[in-house]
Amino acid sequence: MIVGLDMGGTNIDGVIIEDGNIINTIKKPTNRDDLFGSIWSTLKELLTGYDKTKIDRINLSTTVSTNAIVENKTSSVGMIIQSGPGIANDFLACGDENVFISGYVDHRGNVIEGLNLSEVKNAVKLFKKKNIDSFAVVTKFSTRNPENEIRIKEILENFSPITMGHTVSGKLSFPRRVYTSYLNSAVHSTFNDFAANIKKSMEIEGINALIFILKADGGTMNMNTAEEKPVETILSGPAASFMGITAMLPTDKDAILLDVGGTTTDIFFLADGVPLFEPLGIKIGKYNTLVRAIYSVSIGLGGDSSINIKNGKVKIGPKREGKPYAFGGPQPTPTDAMITLELIGYDHDYKKKAHESMSLLGKELNLSAEDMAKLVLETMGNMIKYKIDKLLEKINSQPVYTIKELLYGKKLEPKLINIIGGPAEVLTPILKDKFNLPCYYPENYHVANAVGAALARPTAEITMHVDTSKKTLSVPELEIYEKVDRNYSLNFAKERALRLIKESAISIGETKDEIDAEIIEENSFNMVRGFYTTGKDIRVKAQIKPGLIHQLGGDNNA
Amino acid sequence: MLKAKNRLGLVFFPAFDWAISPTHPEREERLLYTRDQLFEEGIEDIEGVEFFNPIVADEKDIERVHFCVPDVKSRVTQSHLISAGGAIKALQMILENKVDKSFALTRPPGHHAHRVVYGDRGFCIINIEAVMLERIRQEYGNLRVAIVDTDCHHGDGTQDIFWNDKDTLFISFHQDGRTLYPGTGSIDEFGGPGGYGYNINIPLPPGTGEDGFLYVLDNVVMPILDEYNPDIIINSAGQDNHYTDPITHMNFTAQGYAELNYRLNPHMAVLEGGYSIEGALPYVNLGIILAMAGLDYSNVHEPDYNKEKLRQSRDITEYVKKVCELVYSRWKNKDGLRLKDLGNATHIDRQRQIYYDTDGILENQVQNFKVCKKCSGINTIDSRNDKGYHIFAITIPRDACNSCVDEGHRLYKNTPNSFTNVYLQDRVNDEFYAK
Ligand SMILES: [Zn+2]
Ligand SMILES: [Zn+2]
Repeated sequence: MIVGLDMGGTNIDGVIIEDGNIINTIKKPTNRDDLFGSIWSTLKELLTGYDKTKIDRINLSTTVSTNAIVENKTSSVGMIIQSGPGIANDFLACGDENVFISGYVDHRGNVIEGLNLSEVKNAVKLFKKKNIDSFAVVTKFSTRNPENEIRIKEILENFSPITMGHTVSGKLSFPRRVYTSYLNSAVHSTFNDFAANIKKSMEIEGINALIFILKADGGTMNMNTAEEKPVETILSGPAASFMGITAMLPTDKDAILLDVGGTTTDIFFLADGVPLFEPLGIKIGKYNTLVRAIYSVSIGLGGDSSINIKNGKVKIGPKREGKPYAFGGPQPTPTDAMITLELIGYDHDYKKKAHESMSLLGKELNLSAEDMAKLVLETMGNMIKYKIDKLLEKINSQPVYTIKELLYGKKLEPKLINIIGGPAEVLTPILKDKFNLPCYYPENYHVANAVGAALARPTAEITMHVDTSKKTLSVPELEIYEKVDRNYSLNFAKERALRLIKESAISIGETKDEIDAEIIEENSFNMVRGFYTTGKDIRVKAQIKPGLIHQLGGDNNA
Repeated sequence: MLKAKNRLGLVFFPAFDWAISPTHPEREERLLYTRDQLFEEGIEDIEGVEFFNPIVADEKDIERVHFCVPDVKSRVTQSHLISAGGAIKALQMILENKVDKSFALTRPPGHHAHRVVYGDRGFCIINIEAVMLERIRQEYGNLRVAIVDTDCHHGDGTQDIFWNDKDTLFISFHQDGRTLYPGTGSIDEFGGPGGYGYNINIPLPPGTGEDGFLYVLDNVVMPILDEYNPDIIINSAGQDNHYTDPITHMNFTAQGYAELNYRLNPHMAVLEGGYSIEGALPYVNLGIILAMAGLDYSNVHEPDYNKEKLRQSRDITEYVKKVCELVYSRWKNKDGLRLKDLGNATHIDRQRQIYYDTDGILENQVQNFKVCKKCSGINTIDSRNDKGYHIFAITIPRDACNSCVDEGHRLYKNTPNSFTNVYLQDRVNDEFYAK
């Protein structure tokens, strides 16, 4: 048995899946003041009547870290930042105290100017005086050479947590590394308290299952990893929906995935069945991060969005003013339009109110209630189409760096649309018409996100850099920095990367023998100094892409 | 998050899969460390900085500027069409008001490519900026443009292409041709009869540093630009004046390049040469980008930067001052000089020998410029090389009067078959003929 729980801003959804079939579901409101309590009571109710010893794993998508950041309830963090020459660094001061230290590592990982230990010691004094005990230390190009970060951590030994920049990602972006490291330390105690509560309660209940936490990239990690890198738990909600759509409507084509809710519509894309990712990482609040995430765009358009007429045009959203008019809300909504057209069935009284709202709206445009309702749904379709066309244009013009990619690179050309959410069934024929593409929706859409969480598997990405003239190999994500031979080749690097990423998947909880690892980027540059080749600069990225523990049984599909 | 004062478009296309040859300076690795530096600095996240992919220029774009011998296909590769396309895209984005400024970081460079193209010179086959400019003029009308070439080498190709065009002011400052490839770029190379005085060379002594370059900018370049008042200013941004460059002898710095771009305030920059790929390019390009975006560049410098050590000698300061005085006084007196140097001639001949260093080809050519009262006049090139080609090329300029257009076509028809190739560039009708 697998249990999936997805904690959203308003609801917690849960499912139990056994042998690919959904055997129980639950939906409960989220109590924002007691997130752990909400989860625990939902879980208990979900499991009532089921044999707890048969639970293999519990997959959890939680907003604990996200909420702490969004609501500014994080720990104070002392930042030690070594920025060296470059862009003026004042915009990086994201901590509660920020100490900028001298010293510099260049783009090849050479230490140009060493640490000034007295600066570090003064920073420690300052943090102590201010009663700060969470830290992050980040140096420019630390992915290439982390020795300054490691030394500073040694000096700070008595404090915890300390996030070192190079451990959060192997990608180059110093500002993002600073913000990500900051956030990791800032949510550390919030998440670890939550984790401790969960573990304690499970023990009391006698549940002896593996616990996995969902990440924004559609994968999972085990609790130990999450405790160390809680920043990876942020914004996993859209990933849960995404995985749910993938589980219910599998495809290996280019596709548009939509989750239409009450307030918003989330948009995702698949390229040959593989999710599109954020190029560098997800943004949370004002912070750009290096947290790997599925590319998702949310627009303020849903079943409960309020409708206005402006300058003779129908305007839907981006706000939700309340419930649909039919249910006593203040404003007409797309849901009212659907009820009016009998696309969703409701009692006479509700229908009357919905009709009334459409007819009021229609008056301004000289339309009958029915024609107004049709126009509303058409407009909704047009808005989705317009947005997606814009996104596709942007996606298809993302920077490329080789002639081959520029001339022959893959362009995303969706062949179908998969849609979930309340209005999914009603929107299906409209979108089919607007996009001229087949459009599908599943039966069990209301628990799609919990199903997505339940079936998600561990994911990982690593960035390998080999410099054979310096004879170094590095994989920052795994804290690997070692010496290699001058003859190290791209093929060695690729093999090694695949091996390492499989090991890494196992370390974060993958159990399957067959791990589907792949190389997603590979480059080897001849390094020439003067007229001689002095070595090779090899760059390899490997990933384990999001996948399902197993497919859902046939009767769960549309 | 940082926000740029000027919306800046970047066409960053390092062509990681293209090299002239594996150990050639123009190889895959050239912009690798620049990319690392720019990405690590977080350029992608600066609000107002936007990245664009190049478009691919077409043959017609090349034929507007060059006579490729025997034809475009034989001389030009995809990489050149993309490099030029990158520059075109960068300027289009400005003219369509998508950005305020743009920087095309594309390769290979182009400023050594002349009108006639037999092969590769100074790592250049086609002139990226010229191809861009003539395509843009075709699309957006006849802009008045100033190109300021800050590469260490004389921009001899760009000079050749706009030699007779007073709507394209060309200013090049470079290490003195007597001490560096390609050898040209003296003060008295002043333009053809149709654009006399609009080709300005400022040869500088080896060892010139920040003070010298900025002195040239403040005392010659800026005053001339103020008087010329162009629609568009382009920085032909070679980066080989840098003190670490392996093939030149100047003392310029990343901080200096940034300051120069801040003061010059160009609409657009196009990368040219610069082969100190580890020690200079990452910092110089960062500096130029920040300066163009209107962001603080005061903290940009090389790891081993030492302002005092790189300061130019007093002799150089004095010498540079004299060069500047001479160049500026010639600009002020260009009409008088025209009368003195060209008199009432009806045709001006220009005889040259051009060496293609990369491909080892020697070319001899005679250009002939007609002096026309109504337009800048048709001109011809009679060129032969040591590989057996002997071509005749006719250009009808953009502003040609009717009788010059007719004369050009007549000349093309009547040119005998004794030449291996005959070409006609009719810029009035945007047509190209070859026989
Ligand atoms: Zn040069
Ligand atoms: Zn004429």
